[in-house]
Amino acid sequence: MKILVAVKRVIDYNVQIRVKEDGSGVVTDNVKMSTNPPDDNAIEEAVKIKEAGKAKEIVAITIGEEKAQETVRKALAVGADRGIHVKVDNVIEPLAVSKILKKIVEKENPDLVFMGKQAIDDDCNQTGQMLAALLNWPQATFASKIEVKDNALEVTREIDEGLETIEVNVPAIVTCDLRLNEPRYASLPNIMKAKKKPIEQINASDLGVDINPRIEQIKVEEPPKRKAGIKVASVEELVQKLKNEAKVI
Amino acid sequence: MSVLLIAEHNNKEVRPFTYNAITAASQINDDLHVLVLGHQADDVAKSLSEVPNVKKVIHVDNEIYENYIAENYTAAIIKHAENYSHIVSSANTFGKNLMPRIAALLDTSQVSDIIKVISEDTFLRPIYAGNAFATVKSNDKKKCVTIRPTSFDPADKSGGSAEITKSDPAEASSSTKFLKKEEVKSDRPELGTARIVISGGRGMQNGENFKLISDIADKLNAAIGASRAAVDAGYITNDHQVGQTGKVVVPDLYIAVGISGAIQHLAGMKESKVIVAINKDGEAPIFSVADYGLEADLFEALPQFLSELNKLNTIQK
Repeated sequence: MKILVAVKRVIDYNVQIRVKEDGSGVVTDNVKMSTNPPDDNAIEEAVKIKEAGKAKEIVAITIGEEKAQETVRKALAVGADRGIHVKVDNVIEPLAVSKILKKIVEKENPDLVFMGKQAIDDDCNQTGQMLAALLNWPQATFASKIEVKDNALEVTREIDEGLETIEVNVPAIVTCDLRLNEPRYASLPNIMKAKKKPIEQINASDLGVDINPRIEQIKVEEPPKRKAGIKVASVEELVQKLKNEAKVI
Repeated sequence: MSVLLIAEHNNKEVRPFTYNAITAASQINDDLHVLVLGHQADDVAKSLSEVPNVKKVIHVDNEIYENYIAENYTAAIIKHAENYSHIVSSANTFGKNLMPRIAALLDTSQVSDIIKVISEDTFLRPIYAGNAFATVKSNDKKKCVTIRPTSFDPADKSGGSAEITKSDPAEASSSTKFLKKEEVKSDRPELGTARIVISGGRGMQNGENFKLISDIADKLNAAIGASRAAVDAGYITNDHQVGQTGKVVVPDLYIAVGISGAIQHLAGMKESKVIVAINKDGEAPIFSVADYGLEADLFEALPQFLSELNKLNTIQK
């Protein structure tokens, strides 16, 4: 099997983001960036499947500006075999991302496409499902367990009510939950080796897909701030406050 | 044009967030139709026809809709899409799984997880785990929108009498099979809609210690939540997770116990009306959003909390 894994470069999950004063977005200059966390789980799962002898090749793909390549390089350092970087100049919407990915899937013919269930910047949670629709492939979203069978996957999905298990025929799209696995760290020798692995660069404009925005971002603002609270000295005081001041119990 | 809302249900009952989504959907346009895809779900269709905000219920009954499979749902929804300007659902795992599949086939850029309807094409939505709010305008002809249920009140459930029309199923997908669902049954209120939520984090140290939390939850008729750290560590099942990638809750009272307050957890609870934090680390970020902070060892504070509650003559339910 061949697995394509899509990774996105986002503001690091530990960074407290700042909204730009002109309301045009959030500050990204001189801010630590890293791979979208559940995309790390997607790479890890692909590597585990390959290590188990059930996949032959892992291709990591990212779409973004020049520096987005860092995320592919990281994927190569933990076990992807080669990379693809589709260059775009601006932020594009999940629909456009899925159209680009469809073109790449048609060229690469993977059996599986993995990616994180949601990017922690725009919090859209759309790309995997959209790609599945455009390819007319089955989708297994929010995966917390994947079992590879003959020409199918058994996937346990995290849903609001608990867990659901489905079987999807290959080819399929899987979007990964953070609980799917524990992503490994790249060792120094593997980071060095990854520098020699190939990354193919493709200009999005050469793919012949419409990636123009359909949604106008009118304004980005800070959410309303909570009023500062107080510290209470004892449990007794806490219960009295909840009963008599906040009146919630 | 009209709005089509996709109902979430279990073939017997309407799932509660559908009512919150109805409120938002009818703010987009009051000609709101609801699509019920299910198997022997007549009671669901009937309940929804009684919601005053609903003008019409379209009911498709077939065994292929007994379990919720996005591929099968999508094919049926696409059949109806041309009559509508907006297709909407709640932004929980139901709608998150489903709506992008519909949007892509309609060549529409979806607007996810809206918290406010500004006009028919303009919405407010949180980004970066709720640390920024974006006002976005959709320029697509047909709009696909998911609704953060906790940002809208549930619609009234009775008094209406919408027409129920039957419609034919679409083709079933042969490449996805439902195998099983492991639902955690509980007599407690649902986490997403509970008036009070008490959550435990890594500070609970193990699953058995959650008994300290469940004792208080029983007393307050509260739902039990957890931080991702507590779920990852196996203290409690995933359906309890509150946060950016878990559930978003907006109860009247949220009690965070042994939770440090990572950005990702705050994203799921900081809109709660009253927040209590109990943590022995006085510097923990959770105190920055807490109305009432108690710096204490939770293993001493929780039993005391329960005994103080027991002293009260009345407790709101």
